[in-house]
Amino acid sequence: MATKTYAGINVDVTDEGYLTNPAQWTKEIAHEIAREEGINLTEKHIQVLEYLRDQYLKGTTLTIRGVGKSGITDIKGLYELFPGGPLKKSSRIAGIPKPTSCV
Amino acid sequence: MAEKIDHPVKKVAIIIAKGSLEDVYAGLIMANGAVMEGIECKLFFTFFGLDAITKKRQNKLKTATVGNPAMRMPGGLPFPTLLGILPGVEAGVSAMMKQQMLALDVPPVDEFLDIIVAGEGEIYACKMAFEMFKLKREDLSDHVIDVITVGKFYELAAGEGSHIIFT
Repeated sequence: MATKTYAGINVDVTDEGYLTNPAQWTKEIAHEIAREEGINLTEKHIQVLEYLRDQYLKGTTLTIRGVGKSGITDIKGLYELFPGGPLKKSSRIAGIPKPTSCV
Repeated sequence: MAEKIDHPVKKVAIIIAKGSLEDVYAGLIMANGAVMEGIECKLFFTFFGLDAITKKRQNKLKTATVGNPAMRMPGGLPFPTLLGILPGVEAGVSAMMKQQMLALDVPPVDEFLDIIVAGEGEIYACKMAFEMFKLKREDLSDHVIDVITVGKFYELAAGEGSHIIFT
């Protein structure tokens, strides 16, 4: 566990950089975490992040298939938005825990 | 720890040689997991594993209810082999397995291939088994890039940090 400063706010993160308290998340923080991942957030990215947060807070186990059926983007699109880690990177940027599903 | 960072898995070549439901899914889940981690992935289907990329068969895979000592009844009691031979039992058990996997968001085989390909996983068929089963190119899923020899497979699998997985 560590503390990091994003957008002037101190947040608690895991060793892998996932926020431990999703309530600390803001869009400004998301933009900065995304930059660390080499991603420039667009409106589409934000829609995915909001969907993920919404699902997470409802207690749903996140899967790539679930996002593909969200109506926001298909799976290919999700890979294009978050290259090399469609669910892991998006979860990290969305300020929610590292995904625990194998799919 | 340094060892792990220095030698990450960069690529996997997964061989699926069996056609039962669980054997195919094990390989597909490994493949999808790889592309989701940003690991390059090649899938090579051979022998009965070809059923998974044969359009007519891919969504009708079964799990064996005979000769499967790990099979259990829903309550956890051992599954009698003699029950497994009855007509419809294998189909019923297989349907139940599929249903339970779908509940975990593990899709039917054709859709699973769509997902793996969306992540840039590549799908190949084994030339020898393809010929042995007298298949035609149009019998295979449109996701199959090519029907290839073992030699070609090893060529595709080459590279630093690359691993071959036989399921």
